Amino acid sequence: MHEVRFHGRGGQGAVTSAELLAQAAIDEGKSAQAFPSFGPERRGAPVMAFARVADRPIRNRTVIQEPTAVLVLDPALPGLVKVDDGLVADGVVILNTSRSADEVRKDFGIVAKLALVDANRIAREVIGRVITNTTMLGALVRAVGLVEASSLEKQFESRFGRLAAKNIQAFQRAQQEVVLVDAV
Amino acid sequence: METRTGMEASIAIAEAVCLCDADIVAAYPITPQTHIVEHLSELVADGKLHANFVPVESEHSAMSVCCGTSAVGARTYTATASQGLALMHEILFIAPALRLPIVMSVANRSLSGPISIWNDHSDVMAERDIGWVQIFAENAQQALDLTIWAFRLAEDRRVSLPVMVNFDGFILSHTIEPVLMPDKETVQAYLPPFEPLLRLDVDAPVSMGPVGIPDIYTETHHVQQVLLTDAYGPIVETLDAFGKHFGREYKPVETYRADDAEVLLLTMGALGETAMEAVDLRRERGQKVGLLRLRLWRPFPFEDLYRAVGRRPVLGVMDRAISYGGPYGPVASEIKAAFYHREQRPRVVEFVAGLGGRDVPISDFDTMFDALFDTLETGRVPEPRLVGLRE
Repeated sequence: MHEVRFHGRGGQGAVTSAELLAQAAIDEGKSAQAFPSFGPERRGAPVMAFARVADRPIRNRTVIQEPTAVLVLDPALPGLVKVDDGLVADGVVILNTSRSADEVRKDFGIVAKLALVDANRIAREVIGRVITNTTMLGALVRAVGLVEASSLEKQFESRFGRLAAKNIQAFQRAQQEVVLVDAV
Repeated sequence: METRTGMEASIAIAEAVCLCDADIVAAYPITPQTHIVEHLSELVADGKLHANFVPVESEHSAMSVCCGTSAVGARTYTATASQGLALMHEILFIAPALRLPIVMSVANRSLSGPISIWNDHSDVMAERDIGWVQIFAENAQQALDLTIWAFRLAEDRRVSLPVMVNFDGFILSHTIEPVLMPDKETVQAYLPPFEPLLRLDVDAPVSMGPVGIPDIYTETHHVQQVLLTDAYGPIVETLDAFGKHFGREYKPVETYRADDAEVLLLTMGALGETAMEAVDLRRERGQKVGLLRLRLWRPFPFEDLYRAVGRRPVLGVMDRAISYGGPYGPVASEIKAAFYHREQRPRVVEFVAGLGGRDVPISDFDTMFDALFDTLETGRVPEPRLVGLRE
């Protein structure tokens, strides 16, 4: 079973990211769960969302404490929240950042496997707004697989209508630009 | 025909109400039930559900509207949670007394104070004695299925009583998971049109809700007791019919790896699924633990419970609410009462867990199983305990 924790700020689309991943997995015939960190949501405050993906029915209804992957939508969050908390030994941290791997390790103390992409720049250039959740799912697809890129694109189409095309473009660019770095 | 799709239990329930062609939805939005009401108002606005959506100003009014519309023969639905259910309290007793087959979803949530929007079973436990059929779902599929079943059972003329379908707030209401959505024809073949036992009709007048003077009040309550108790037969029958029709079986008490279990734990609601994971992990270590999942809360399924427990010497009960200053766990106290006069009865170990949204990890189930094995060895029954309490 894969367990993904999404970190973002209220309004950045962390919950939507988790939902899109789970829906894509379910449509591929897999089992999946997506749920928010239950509570009063406040725009701008650090929030979490969770997704589980497995080949058999998922019955565990606890909060994800030991994720196999962590996806961070906001470049500043790793400085505020210990985003790799509880990450399994071979887990991966997927960051929206313009920092190099060395800088990420030095600035945030993350030793795990990394997937780095400057999603702010991609989203600004392609979508025209710094909403990075669909872009970051591109990095996730490259970093951990879990679902086919085409399954997520289908979800974007059904959920975002006329905005889907640009989101798909940003999603594809992130797949090309993401840098994967081994754990230290 | 059914479609496999990913959705929240809340959306699945709203779609079920749509498939059942409810005539009236009267509801007030309250966390964590909100998504049901929002989705139903969309379905009505989009013309997919031909119902009157009554946006009432409170839950007290919601249940009052439901009583009125059900009394004139409309298929009536509402949903609530927590403080909303509490605000309905005085009207909840009216519906079964008038034999009104209202269906209500309750997205179980704690009661204030302190203010809490999160999940436990405090809300439903406070409404134990309202005279409704009360059943629990453990996942989104069950929440959908039991909503469809609830209309069939409620409107069965042998029953003609309101039905409450409980499903855990947030843990189910806000979680997306796979659901098999039946099509309309399949649902219609299971759920016949609503033919009320009695209805308010100017051409054939009846009185509903007259005063019950001391000369008659006792007898009316005897009838309610008999009716709800006797609903057990139609409940099993309609659940069996559901299983044959939709291919998913439901029973008043369900078990998991219980046949050869040395100790049993009883749960209600969604955490029964996490408990199954915990049971599997213990079984991998060769420890014979098993699970009972109490699905039907009212009428209480005494015989099913006795059969499921059998001659097992230790039964743990995980409550999700506290009866303050009293017998502690409300479910455990009923289980103990149910066994009091039986020759063969287990030692009952009481736990309360997951209050006000506190996560119940596998390790908490391990704590409970450890306590059950301890009782099995020593015969000693510990004081009721709050699992996960920080001291």
